[in-house]
Amino acid sequence: MQSFIVNLLNGLSYGLLLFMLSAGLTLIFSMLGVLNFAHASFYMLGAYVGFSVAARAGFWSALVIAPLAVGLLGAAFERWLLRRVRVHGHLPELLLTFGAAYLLGELVKLGWGLSPLSASVPVVLDGPLFSLYGAVFTRYRAFMMAVSLAMLAALVAVLRVSRTGLVVRAALTHPQAVEALGHNVPGVFTGVFAAGTALAALAGVIGAPLFVIEPAMAESLGSIVFVVVVIGGLGSLSGALVASLLVGCVQTLAVASDVSLGEVLSVAGVALPPAWDALTLAQLAPLIPYLLLVAVLALRPRGLFGRRGDHA
Amino acid sequence: MRKRDARSAARGAVAQPERLGTAADAAGFGLSARSFVRSFVPWLALMAFLALPPFVGSQSWLLAYLAQTATMIVFALSYNLLLGETGLLSFGHAAYAGLGALIAARVFNASGMPLVLLPLVGGMGGALCGGLFGLIATRRSGTAFAMITLGLGELVVAAAWTLPGWFGGEAGVAIDRASGPRFFGLSFGPAREAYALIALWCLAASMAMFALSRTPFMRLANAVRDNPARAAALGCYPARIRYGVVVLSAFFAGMAGTMGLVNIELVSTESVGMMRSGAVLIATVIGGTAAFFGPVAGALVLTFFSVIVASVTRAWPFYLGLFFVAVVLAAPDGLAGFCVRHAARIAAQGWRRCRAAYLWSVLAALLWSATVVLAVQWVYAARFGVDEGAAGVLFGFGANVGADGAPLVSASSVASWWPAVALALLAALGALTTRCAMRAHARFTSPSSGDAR
Repeated sequence: MQSFIVNLLNGLSYGLLLFMLSAGLTLIFSMLGVLNFAHASFYMLGAYVGFSVAARAGFWSALVIAPLAVGLLGAAFERWLLRRVRVHGHLPELLLTFGAAYLLGELVKLGWGLSPLSASVPVVLDGPLFSLYGAVFTRYRAFMMAVSLAMLAALVAVLRVSRTGLVVRAALTHPQAVEALGHNVPGVFTGVFAAGTALAALAGVIGAPLFVIEPAMAESLGSIVFVVVVIGGLGSLSGALVASLLVGCVQTLAVASDVSLGEVLSVAGVALPPAWDALTLAQLAPLIPYLLLVAVLALRPRGLFGRRGDHA
Repeated sequence: MRKRDARSAARGAVAQPERLGTAADAAGFGLSARSFVRSFVPWLALMAFLALPPFVGSQSWLLAYLAQTATMIVFALSYNLLLGETGLLSFGHAAYAGLGALIAARVFNASGMPLVLLPLVGGMGGALCGGLFGLIATRRSGTAFAMITLGLGELVVAAAWTLPGWFGGEAGVAIDRASGPRFFGLSFGPAREAYALIALWCLAASMAMFALSRTPFMRLANAVRDNPARAAALGCYPARIRYGVVVLSAFFAGMAGTMGLVNIELVSTESVGMMRSGAVLIATVIGGTAAFFGPVAGALVLTFFSVIVASVTRAWPFYLGLFFVAVVLAAPDGLAGFCVRHAARIAAQGWRRCRAAYLWSVLAALLWSATVVLAVQWVYAARFGVDEGAAGVLFGFGANVGADGAPLVSASSVASWWPAVALALLAALGALTTRCAMRAHARFTSPSSGDAR
């Protein structure tokens, strides 16, 4: 239990990483009305590109170059492909992003091979920041939290204060009126898509040292991000934030715990066959986001912060 | 979906004057009889496809391919009940098939029931899972439904890996299909007998789904797809209709999963995996959701890629992905919609006028495919062909190719000149013919020509 605080901090940093992904996803969804199924693939691409750039020019340039490159790719995808199928409605758009996810996965296998790569942490960020009752909170985790919070602040600032943010927010709800006022709404769409994918790529670069870089990383994190977005309520940024932190903390705490399923359920007075009793919560951690999804949807079909009747 | 309305409206408009009868009754009868016969053609083609090849050759790969295709046909048709008929995009359809097959395998191993009836058991198992998951998923539609099914599918995958004794761990749950009681002297041990069973169930399930798609219930599902608010105003509950469709679709998916079980005698964690959910989505969309036989065509295309192309090159997922994206971009209504659209166009304009445009299009498509195939094969050979073992070497930007990657680079740099020139040439020719094709199409596409976009 002493390490609870450190585990909570670890969970928060993981949750903030999830939020960097789900924020871009939510922005794109509320703007274009399409859930970008390839979002996690852009995250993976960011990790791979970041790895390659970092190997040549160092971690800090990778932190800038990879999101820019992937953001440009995202803009091109929106401009040349997604816009072409928009006339047919949202379903072909979703299918197109699904196809893009499939192709990006194959391209990454082609470009970087099948075996996992491990990204290195720069020297400045290597090592523990502080230790509490023997549990260590690393500097890199703190850096991750700082970057995520800075991105969050920048996002809020741009959306709430700047003129661009005003146009973006107006285009969210009244695209025709904004267009009539002389603003380039398709351009805003492209920009939002590029920003979302760049955010995903940034998450990929800073998340890479924590996980291994492998072709399956898009699928493993992607489904969690989609679950987060649904739990929070589709199209709600604050919901995405709350759900990201929730899923991040619960999953990290479950992984770190050494309680078995039998012990948890014996509190509730439920007995299980012995094969199930021996399962630890840590083993069940991959199930937790999805169980959370089922629980939230059973109680509240529109998600935590979703609006009623949204795309019902 | 709007296009389908337009098309059915157009068909109604064609049928209307005929029924009102400016022409003689006999002529009208002849026409309807012809369309009646024509509606049987796809069925006959399907039967021929399933039945004839085993008489030509009985190699094991042919039977395996046909059995896989038959399974995929039922799977894709069951998926289309959701996507095409009700407008529900699902990312977790393999869960029903896999769990249905798992239940069937357990029942078969425990009770020794006849293998002939096993798909029914699998279907019921699938419907059970559909009934359970549908409770959560069908309260929403659209994108939320898609994401919830994705979450449920991942839940099943994660549970299959972690929970003990479910899927028998890594090995999966195996059955011995010859161990059941004999059925008219057939043990179903040999591949031919098992295939006959699979083919018959494929036909039966397809016909059942065709009949189902003509029921009032599915018409209500179509209404829910097109306009849930109006459907609700008619007095039906959209969520209940969706739930019913999910259960029915899960029934047929479980059937398809069990047909796969009969074929390979094994159900493993792979059969609930996301790859399979993605495959059935790809097959259905490629084939086209608006026509009943669209998913059948899509299943044929998918197994063509995953069995025949895969036996030639390991780049087949890439080609499949490219083909999928090309279909979504060029014909969101799939191959079936594409064919219907262009057949109508040729019928309206006359073959003679369209000939040049279509010849140019075919030529451009061939040239571009040749370019893409050459480029992809070249890259794959450079990447995996020379040293498959050292796949971890960073090839990305050519900077960090070390001692391991040295032969790879020298091999490709010596040979890299000619393929590059050939590629450039092919791409240029392709661009040229595309230009010609687009001009030729523009020449005879007037704004008034009905179905053309």
